[in-house]
Amino acid sequence: MAMNIIISNSSPEPIYQQIVTQLKQLILEGDLKEAEGLPSIRTLAKELQISVITTKRAYEELERDGYIETVAGKGSFVAAQNKELLREKRLRVVEEKVADAIAASKTAGLNQQDLLEMFKLLYEEI
Amino acid sequence: MNKESLKLRKTESLKDVDYILSVDDLSKRYKNFSLNKVSFQLPRGYIMGFIGPNGSGKSTTIKLIMNLLNRDSGEIKVFGLDNLRDELLIKDRIAFVYDENHYYDELTIRDMAKFVSSFYKHWETPVFKKYLRDFDLDSKQRIKELSKGMKMKLSLAIALSHQAELLIMDEPTAGLDPLVRAELVDILSSLIQDERKSVFFSTHITSDLDKIADYVTFIHNGKIVVSAPKDDLLDQYGIVKGANTLLNEETKTLFVGIKPNQFGFQGLVRDHEKARRLFKEQAIIEKPSLEDIMLYTVKGEQL
Repeated sequence: MAMNIIISNSSPEPIYQQIVTQLKQLILEGDLKEAEGLPSIRTLAKELQISVITTKRAYEELERDGYIETVAGKGSFVAAQNKELLREKRLRVVEEKVADAIAASKTAGLNQQDLLEMFKLLYEEI
Repeated sequence: MNKESLKLRKTESLKDVDYILSVDDLSKRYKNFSLNKVSFQLPRGYIMGFIGPNGSGKSTTIKLIMNLLNRDSGEIKVFGLDNLRDELLIKDRIAFVYDENHYYDELTIRDMAKFVSSFYKHWETPVFKKYLRDFDLDSKQRIKELSKGMKMKLSLAIALSHQAELLIMDEPTAGLDPLVRAELVDILSSLIQDERKSVFFSTHITSDLDKIADYVTFIHNGKIVVSAPKDDLLDQYGIVKGANTLLNEETKTLFVGIKPNQFGFQGLVRDHEKARRLFKEQAIIEKPSLEDIMLYTVKGEQL
């Protein structure tokens, strides 16, 4: 199972959020497949040397968003992904990031035209 | 044990089924210091760090839990049982590690273990031997030949070999090097894997142990400042840095403590979102460490 979770202690993002983001990424990119088992919250906490409450909170959020399912006594699994839902989720990820970029450019005093130009330029490069 | 007390105990254990340790309104008065209505709860399967400066009441609280001191008032329940009435029952299931050498220097590890094992109903020699191997301890070594780190590991090996469900440690990292502290982190997170055991440890330095702590109880001047999941504390509090001109009568009320200098100020706020709304881009707001929370709270009170 190709499952890497890298926690940064200096990031302003709460640790549980870092786990949520990275696991979502792994699921959306297909590195974690449908019905694949996830480590238990306690194993994950032990391996990452963080609190059990942190990993528990991350799993609860993933469950609420429909990414994983938890079966009592059996553990957590990647939930079945409906294709349309998947596409919607990916769109939402893009939307969030664009919204972040817009907020940042407003703070920096860039107008819509400036941002669109930067966008075109970067789109070619990446 | 009469029938009535048995019945009482059953309902109690039902009510407190989630809490392995529950301290309620605990008070103890001394001439120069008093422990004032200390309350907190530790759920089963989790790790709690008990933090506070020297002389804040950590050891007094732990001694009261272990019934090594007499309390003035309040209540302590361990495994849902009263810590005075059911002391022996409780102590058989508690592992207590504290920062003093309480073994006989001249004995070897093996002889010491033989002696100690007689105190416990559920002593398991194979488990003890496994821990000695895991911890790289040689049973033929004499206690006096052990380093501080090795003594702590011996205490832990003994503590973990009688099926204890609650591990209580008073200042376990004092004087230990970073390597041994890292080992301790591993040992403790392995210990709670079965969801049955809990760990309660005190420390006056916020240390590497804190990163695996699920709950933090912060005591200062004999009073609990806060007892909460660690993540909640770290998510709510914030360190604010900015120009001194940002500080006025109104904004100052947000702070737990402020440290101004010639070129600006640094302070701790209890609600970082509120601070962000108020200061917007004018101030830098960072995640605090437990040490920040401890320092500013203690300093803030002195101002």
